[in-house]
Amino acid sequence: MSGRVLVGVKRVIDYAVKIRVKPDNTGVVTDGVKHSMNPFCEIAVEEAVKLKEKKLVKEVVAVSCGPQQSQETIRTALAMGADRGIHVEVSGNDYETLGPLQVSKIMAALAKKEDAQIIILGKQAIDDDCNQTGQMTAALLDWPQGTFASEVTLDGDKIKVVREIDGGLETIKINTPAVLTADLRLNTPRYATLPNIMKAKKKKIANVKPADLGVNLTSKLEVLRVEDPPQRQAGMKVETVEDLVGKLKESGKV
Amino acid sequence: MNVNSFLALSRAFPRGKNRLVCHAWHLGKQALRVQQRRTIRTHSRSLAYAKDLFLGQINKAEVFPYPEIGSDELEEVKQFVAPVEKFFNEEVDSAKIDREAKIPAETLNGLKELGLFGIMIPEEYGGLGLSNTMYARLNEIIALDGSIAVTLAAHQAIGLKGILIAGNEAQKKKYLPKLASGEHIAAFCLTEPGSGSDAASIQTLATLSEDGKHYLINGSKFWISNGGFADIMTVFARTAVEVDGVKKDKITAFIVEKAFGGISSGKPEDKLGIRGSYTCEVSFDNVPVPVENVIGEVGGGFKVAMNILNSGRFSMGSSCAGMIKKLMELTSEYAVSRKQFNRSLSEFGMIQEKFALMAINAFVMESMAYLTAGMMDRPGVPDCSLEAAMVKVFSSEGGWICCSEALQVLGGLGYTKNYPFERYVRDCRILPIFEGTNEILRMYVALTGMQYAGKVLTGKIKEMKKGNIFMAVNMAGKKLRTSLGASVDLGLTGKDGVVHPSLEESAKKLEQNVNLFGMTVESLLYRYGKSIVDEQLVLKRVADVLINLYAMTAVLSRASRSISIGLRNHDHEVLLANTFCNDAFFKNNYSMVQLQKHSPENNDASIKKIAQAVLENRSYICSHPLERTF
Repeated sequence: MSGRVLVGVKRVIDYAVKIRVKPDNTGVVTDGVKHSMNPFCEIAVEEAVKLKEKKLVKEVVAVSCGPQQSQETIRTALAMGADRGIHVEVSGNDYETLGPLQVSKIMAALAKKEDAQIIILGKQAIDDDCNQTGQMTAALLDWPQGTFASEVTLDGDKIKVVREIDGGLETIKINTPAVLTADLRLNTPRYATLPNIMKAKKKKIANVKPADLGVNLTSKLEVLRVEDPPQRQAGMKVETVEDLVGKLKESGKV
Repeated sequence: MNVNSFLALSRAFPRGKNRLVCHAWHLGKQALRVQQRRTIRTHSRSLAYAKDLFLGQINKAEVFPYPEIGSDELEEVKQFVAPVEKFFNEEVDSAKIDREAKIPAETLNGLKELGLFGIMIPEEYGGLGLSNTMYARLNEIIALDGSIAVTLAAHQAIGLKGILIAGNEAQKKKYLPKLASGEHIAAFCLTEPGSGSDAASIQTLATLSEDGKHYLINGSKFWISNGGFADIMTVFARTAVEVDGVKKDKITAFIVEKAFGGISSGKPEDKLGIRGSYTCEVSFDNVPVPVENVIGEVGGGFKVAMNILNSGRFSMGSSCAGMIKKLMELTSEYAVSRKQFNRSLSEFGMIQEKFALMAINAFVMESMAYLTAGMMDRPGVPDCSLEAAMVKVFSSEGGWICCSEALQVLGGLGYTKNYPFERYVRDCRILPIFEGTNEILRMYVALTGMQYAGKVLTGKIKEMKKGNIFMAVNMAGKKLRTSLGASVDLGLTGKDGVVHPSLEESAKKLEQNVNLFGMTVESLLYRYGKSIVDEQLVLKRVADVLINLYAMTAVLSRASRSISIGLRNHDHEVLLANTFCNDAFFKNNYSMVQLQKHSPENNDASIKKIAQAVLENRSYICSHPLERTF
């Protein structure tokens, strides 16, 4: 076993920023807007670094797909404790249409190339809320998956994962190699301290093109329109249940 | 021939375009250039930019183009800013720190782990080794909590700075590593109950032991930030030295460890603002300090103290700018959503004015702070003490006003503890007081500049007395040109101009101001001579004009760069720069008019009389308006 963990990190608009839709409704304003690492990706990096500190894995590799600025996100992962980074260069139109299917193809290719034992991703990104990349990656590799993980324990060559599901908590045991996706309560990510950021400057980030991995980036999806959610309308008070049923029938909802 | 009478003569013939004068003027100009070059070469450590303003000249090369950092350094800065911002947003509960008058241990630990205790300590001693510019950038975020900002500044901007800039290798190796990690915290002990602004009058004594191996320090210090828990202190005390065979008492700087024993501290002062910062009295009772712990030379402590204080001041500009930018965010949310008279507050002129004030102030403070930091980061260690002092005065007063106006926008809500505005106002009040009161700094700035101008002018006068008629003629020629209304061109615009054409109007205003300032300074020196030291109200105006001139220079330099490289929103910068320069131009002119001889706009004499009467009586002396005489 290589003892290598691949962690995917995505550069997204910072969670505290107020999102504004572009005037032409083709997307949201990203120019000049503050970006940072997806919070669930931070949790993923933290888990990987923790495993390394417990000496259960040997190397943590941070991966990001995107334009030049994605390197900042990889650097943050390095400052948190990752050993090296891989920047898969995707820019321009390809970046606009980059989605879970393409990213999972890239992750699968990299997992084979780097001989990874575990892939840890955030459960979803806060910009598109897809919640698909982890699952697709596992399917492409034909690996088991432990998604929505709130607790991860390595047990020999198996992994015990406690998953947060609608009904409560589910505990499963899966073989390695495997794909895990991190949920909110898995851990509390550490701050990238300034001394660690300076140490991280010496760590390497490799540049790779999707074509080198044999990945086709064409998307089967097309964004037609992006708009603000409708303004919340004022509610109405009714006296009796009969009134309520009447009003619901009137508006055609029942 | 007496210079003054010659000048008086020249004034008597305003329209006399004497051919002789013109010819002699050209020769005189040459002589003047030679004179200037000679004067500049005799300076041991070159003062940066401001001094030449006193001569009515703009030293373009010092301030244009606006200092830049490499793209690698910029990348690094952005990397650093993110975790610090995150920490301050998530882990720092400023309201709690203010309420309990204490910074929680976990917060301090978090700051230590982030590396914020050793920002400017070189990497070889365990610090981050960042430049002045980076330090200023990080301070924009640290300033979001006043108590933390002061605690960190007391530790590294002054507490350990002495070791950093004046210590020897052994001292640095011994003390800096633990100070960088935050394991040891530093404090700066200069002020005493009887010696605040008058730092040279301190009474703490350091007597050499009989075996000559250590000093014994006795005395007490006051207003010491971090005083209650500092492990390493920079202490200033009087020592007996021999100067040319005469025994004198001079100040020496010492590194004193709490572990040496004999040091006790009082309880923390209950302050209006920055309540989380521990400020107290520190007493020294026969504290033994080894002679190896003297910083610099015995007897050279005052200079060390001034250098330490001068080197940290500039960051107040970026701290205040960071705070104002945050306030603008908080306040504008409210102004846009709150409605009165069926319109949102943001539509009313007087509210809009407040936002413009905040924007302009933040813009000017940023521009001045980073211009000064850039100058300080240049190789050769130029003396930017004047510039740093000016940044401090402008920022402290601007910050205080902006905090107050931001609170005003929220009205009654701003006055309650439910919102952070009242805490910002209280925290800001200390800024014009500590790190050198604004009154002292104004005097320092005005006097240093006038001293420099005085030297140059005395040099010119000496030349004239020697019989250098060209010098006299040159000065006469200059007066002639100005009285004939010749336009001022100091090289900011035009063919070799450094200011972008969109800012031409403002650059011309700056040039006019600088020219008039040079002449005003000259006439003040003639009028008062050495006694100008006692004319505080005159010096105050000189300082105010100078600060405005430096501010105008900074915004023009910064905005020119922004336009030239096409930064986002550079047209807004042009708007801010022009608005500020317009405002400052007229304020400067008014101040300088008040400085003219027998100016009717000048109330100084009356002000002094009023003050005298009140202070003699120790109270207001008018009879009550309801009083009768019969």
